[in-house]
Amino acid sequence: MKYLLSSSWDVFYNQFITKGAYNTVLDGLVITLEIAVLGLIIGIVIGTLIAVIKVVPKYKTLPRVLEVIADFYVGLFRGTPMVVQLLIGYYVLFPALGIKGITDLNIITAVVIFGMNSGAYVSEIMRSGIQSVDVGQLEAARALGLPYSSSMMKVVIPQAVKNILPTLGNEFISLVKETSVVSFIAIVDLTKAFRQIGDANYEYVVPYLMLALVYLVIVYIITLMVKILEKRMKKSDRRN
Amino acid sequence: MIEEIKKDALLEKNAQSNIESGVCIKVEHLNKKFGKLEVLKDISEEIKFGEKIAIIGPSGSGKSTFLRCLNCMEDPTGGAIYFDGANIADMKTDINIHRQKIGMVFQHFNLFNNLTVLDNIMLAPVTIGKRKARKEKRKNLIIKIANIFRKDKKPLVEVTDLSKIKNQAKETALSLLKRIGLEEKAQAYPSTLSGGQKQRIAIVRALAMNPTVMLFDEPTSALDPEMVGEVLELIKEVANAGMTMVIVTHEMGFAKEVATRVMFMDEGNIIEQGTPKEVFDNPKNERLKTFLSKVL
Repeated sequence: MKYLLSSSWDVFYNQFITKGAYNTVLDGLVITLEIAVLGLIIGIVIGTLIAVIKVVPKYKTLPRVLEVIADFYVGLFRGTPMVVQLLIGYYVLFPALGIKGITDLNIITAVVIFGMNSGAYVSEIMRSGIQSVDVGQLEAARALGLPYSSSMMKVVIPQAVKNILPTLGNEFISLVKETSVVSFIAIVDLTKAFRQIGDANYEYVVPYLMLALVYLVIVYIITLMVKILEKRMKKSDRRN
Repeated sequence: MIEEIKKDALLEKNAQSNIESGVCIKVEHLNKKFGKLEVLKDISEEIKFGEKIAIIGPSGSGKSTFLRCLNCMEDPTGGAIYFDGANIADMKTDINIHRQKIGMVFQHFNLFNNLTVLDNIMLAPVTIGKRKARKEKRKNLIIKIANIFRKDKKPLVEVTDLSKIKNQAKETALSLLKRIGLEEKAQAYPSTLSGGQKQRIAIVRALAMNPTVMLFDEPTSALDPEMVGEVLELIKEVANAGMTMVIVTHEMGFAKEVATRVMFMDEGNIIEQGTPKEVFDNPKNERLKTFLSKVL
């Protein structure tokens, strides 16, 4: 075991530093974070929209129609594997829409699909967040003459976001880890970069262990960031 | 656009006639059902400007629901409510405009937990001002485009100055806070305040919109006994300033002192009403007599 590790380490070191594979790894890291961060942002926007559609009072026809669409959307994206969505997006949907020949189309696909997928999950998180806010808050805003939209934007959603921040952090973490499947559509992300190092010499022990370590560090940093953010948002809270 | 102007004119005319007749809110055959349960049964009532009405009654009698129907926090299932010349019970009426003129104070204060005290008071005036300015800008854009084809150019609408609105709202908020002696709490968050302070701020938050009528939904029921006094004191002060008020309350002493008219509700109806003297000292209805014997 000791021998295995040390010999693998030498091979890895040679590939990583001497042959300059660290460049690929750095690029991969950037791409992984890019997809995860942009995906989360799109996810939060879509998720908030769907959540509001679901909690809005259903007097008129439009909200009812929108809710059916939202339900279908959530069902679709939660009911199929991420990889399948990526493959369909890249090989079926985008070509069918006539989108091609753009540089980095695979990365754009990944961002869009990850965003839409996480939107389905964030919508449920956000809905529970909105429902956790006392209904009196909305009533008080409406009683002052604020329209529903302003009441939600200024009063309810800020409080909802504060309540669901830890869960949103979780979503971000799982998003970062899920990006490891993007090599299915020929993106060289963190995972793929380390696999290439291993492939170069058929020596995988250190590369894969290092890969796991890098993910661990990223997730640890995100956890720290969420904690700091939580602390900051608690300033209006009694529990601190 | 033209329709909007027409509507505005109509509203103004109606409001004018309302003021002349002295009626602030007119309720006609109001009915409210929750599912099969009929909570309000055909209530017709007029509330005149300057009146201070106390609504009393056992719990479950529909008094809170009646109050909440007056600004459509609960949508009536039948009947009409006229305020400012419009039937606000009608789903087609833009309720938000009218709610700006109907202040409401809740049992559980409902201060916005994510905002400071000052922002709590400023939120509605500033947001509504912003929306108004946006609307005026849109209007101007349409006029500008139309002017290209017009011979006699139409003048632009004056756009509300946002910084002015903000400053004004802040000034009002601070002076209101000063009036209740809480100006040093302007930057505090609601979670750091006592119940009495919260409720007083909730009252001035409603006052900041400069309403024509105030609705109080059991404003002291969730307070510690020692905080009740300060809140009642403020309500009394607002009443003395001439505000039209409707108060659902269990504080009989307060109702006696402040109200110009007391309504007794039971099982979704206003069973008896009159001056505090008539209702408290000389009750006619059996139900009211037993109620008073229990609470007084």
